[in-house]
Amino acid sequence: MKFIDEYRDVELAKKLVSKIKQLSTRPTRLMEFCGGHTVSIMMNGIRQLLPPTVEMLSGPGCPVCVTANADIDKAIALAHLPDVIITTFGDMMKVPGSYSSLQQARAGKADIRIVYSTQDALQIARDNPTQSVIFIGIGFETTAPTIAASILQSENEGIRNFYVLCLSKLCPPIMKALLDLGELKLDGIVCPGHVSAIIGSRPYEFIPRNYGVACVVSGFEALDILQSIALLVEQIESGKPTVEIAYRRVVSPEGNKTALDLMESVFEIGSADWRGIGVVPASGLKLRRKFERFDAEQAFSVTLEPVREAKGCICGDILRGVKTPNDCKLFRKVCTPEHPVGPCMVSSEGSCSAYYQYGTDYE
Amino acid sequence: MNDETILLAHGSGSRLSHELIEKNFLPSLANPLLAKLDDSAVLDFNGRLAFTTDSYVVSPIFFPGGDIGRLAVCGTINDLAMSGATPLYLSLSFIIEEGLTLSKLAKVVRSIKAAAEEAGVKIITGDTKVVNRESADKLFINTSGIGIVPEGIDISGANAKVGDKIILSGAIGDHGIAVMSQREGLKFSVPVRSDCAPLSKLVSQMLEASSQIHCMRDPTRGGLATTLNELASQSKVGIRIEEGNIPAHDGVRAACELLGFDPLYVANEGKLIAMVAPSDAEKVLAIMKRNRYGTEASIIGEVTDEHKGKVIMRTRLGTSRIVDMLIGELLPRIC
Amino acid sequence: MTVAFLWAKPSSPITDERKTMCLAVPVKVVSIEGSEAEVEIGGVKRRVSIMLTPEARVGDYVLLHTGYAINVINEAEAQETLKILEEMASLDEVH
Repeated sequence: MKFIDEYRDVELAKKLVSKIKQLSTRPTRLMEFCGGHTVSIMMNGIRQLLPPTVEMLSGPGCPVCVTANADIDKAIALAHLPDVIITTFGDMMKVPGSYSSLQQARAGKADIRIVYSTQDALQIARDNPTQSVIFIGIGFETTAPTIAASILQSENEGIRNFYVLCLSKLCPPIMKALLDLGELKLDGIVCPGHVSAIIGSRPYEFIPRNYGVACVVSGFEALDILQSIALLVEQIESGKPTVEIAYRRVVSPEGNKTALDLMESVFEIGSADWRGIGVVPASGLKLRRKFERFDAEQAFSVTLEPVREAKGCICGDILRGVKTPNDCKLFRKVCTPEHPVGPCMVSSEGSCSAYYQYGTDYE
Repeated sequence: MNDETILLAHGSGSRLSHELIEKNFLPSLANPLLAKLDDSAVLDFNGRLAFTTDSYVVSPIFFPGGDIGRLAVCGTINDLAMSGATPLYLSLSFIIEEGLTLSKLAKVVRSIKAAAEEAGVKIITGDTKVVNRESADKLFINTSGIGIVPEGIDISGANAKVGDKIILSGAIGDHGIAVMSQREGLKFSVPVRSDCAPLSKLVSQMLEASSQIHCMRDPTRGGLATTLNELASQSKVGIRIEEGNIPAHDGVRAACELLGFDPLYVANEGKLIAMVAPSDAEKVLAIMKRNRYGTEASIIGEVTDEHKGKVIMRTRLGTSRIVDMLIGELLPRIC
Repeated sequence: MTVAFLWAKPSSPITDERKTMCLAVPVKVVSIEGSEAEVEIGGVKRRVSIMLTPEARVGDYVLLHTGYAINVINEAEAQETLKILEEMASLDEVH
């Protein structure tokens, strides 16, 4: 398969590993921000190949994992309203909120449908004109343009029963918040690949400039990740942190202008509630006045029970890279994919799920 | 042309029921025991009986490479074969949703006949029920099967021995992807066809070649990964496999990339895993490759006494990762 | 313009819980019709939206994410990357 197989070449991978070993002379702490990178690193066993000087921490780049309990509770409450169809990515179904999950709500007769695309959700709205169709709009900048596109399309076609629960979040602000927290002494960040396809690499320039942390925008195959690690180590060893794009076949410095314009026309920046971090100003997207009528929060009122966090769950610490799943007392013993306590175990991109599914590190 | 549909009356034991059996089922599945139409079939046996049952709720009922009928026969035959039994007889129960067309039902019955003939089994007893619309989804089938286990054969999921080689009979993921492609409306330039097939002849050839086959299992729901984990648990051993030795067709790999699946977890309906003493592994492999359902057979790993109950895979990069059981449900109603 | 998609029938009672939202796959554009394209990977075809990549042409490769092409893949850069990887891997090799 083109643009996939070439980046899985075993011989090149081995040589890149040698290169990294040769370049790295001192303790180096890297964070892979994006859940997709965490999974690729675990599936390929990348940590086993790296020299002991290079440490990889997993970050909060999993849109499902960072969705706060309050927002999940909101989605579930909306699902119980009459004449409402909830449409959501499958990833959200099993995530536990304060008291329940979308999956449990569906078993209890709420009309909740899994969709692969906002286009599916729109089609459900067309097919069910007497019902209100609400799309649970989680995701980062990769998904936000697709939500914007569906709203614009809805507007153009005069679809009156389509709504979005706006939970889109932005990556650069959360990276700043993490760095400001100062809990980790990061030397470098493997920057998200597909978010960057949309936003470009310029938004990360403040990171080396203000924090002295190296940045490389990375693809997802084994060679991409090894290349990015090598480039980060090179930057760090030379003491010249900057923003580099390794994933050049997909990411340009300016990003995708069409997608950015679409987002700009539909959304404005607001604060967002991040699991494990709290409310971070200017880190999420809200609908502009012009598109207010699509906002599920404004269109429907729900009463919520007090928000509860699961006892013993350290998803928050894991998302900030302060702890790993192995540090969690519940990991594997109580918290498993079949009986998840927190979202990091449920999401396919969550650290706990990745460690559980692929990790031999615990042995 | 008017395609008659199944009515509730077809399942009520009425004249219509008898008509259905006599006109639509008997002619295809005819054999002396079934033709008797007694309440039960009475058989003579000498030896150890293997007995198994399975229900089939696959959706859609027709998919590239097969249909629910072929699946219902092959699935149950294969379960018998995995114990080393020679499959002999099947029961066949239909639960039909009112409104299914006779032509669709006839097509399924023709598939059942063809699969049964290929495997040399007879369908000797059956039942038909019809339920209201929406009380079933088109057609559900249950088959139970009986076979004889030859003397001296002791094959069980608990019998794996440390050092055994693990042989996989061919490429993984065809069935799950074939069914998925129908559901998702995926088009293929070279269609992926379900691998649904009766493996009893393959198994008897293997057993003739070697008396050192300790376990066999077919990796259906949950795929190769889940089945290997089951065997590791049952036998209380560890399993090591090589990613590079596991065959998968290009169309399956591509569809898995597109749909976000790992081929290790996608269902197969015409494959088996065998655990064979190292002395006989190459011999068994050679025999398998000569059978039409084993041409892509490969030794994918071995049984160890480390990490008992767990399956570890060596990736192409030379690193190791756990291959866990399937978590949750990848594809509901795949078989 | 109504968008008609050949894939995933939303009202199907089978709602499998594949986790798909973070998946992005490189696919080739085979044909274009307005804001939709038929794309292909390894012989598998699918219909997707190109609302985010109106500049895509038949023969281009695009990155597919939740039913949309989110970027056109730069083949020249892809080649360049492979070259760079080869160079990186061979310079000052240590055995």
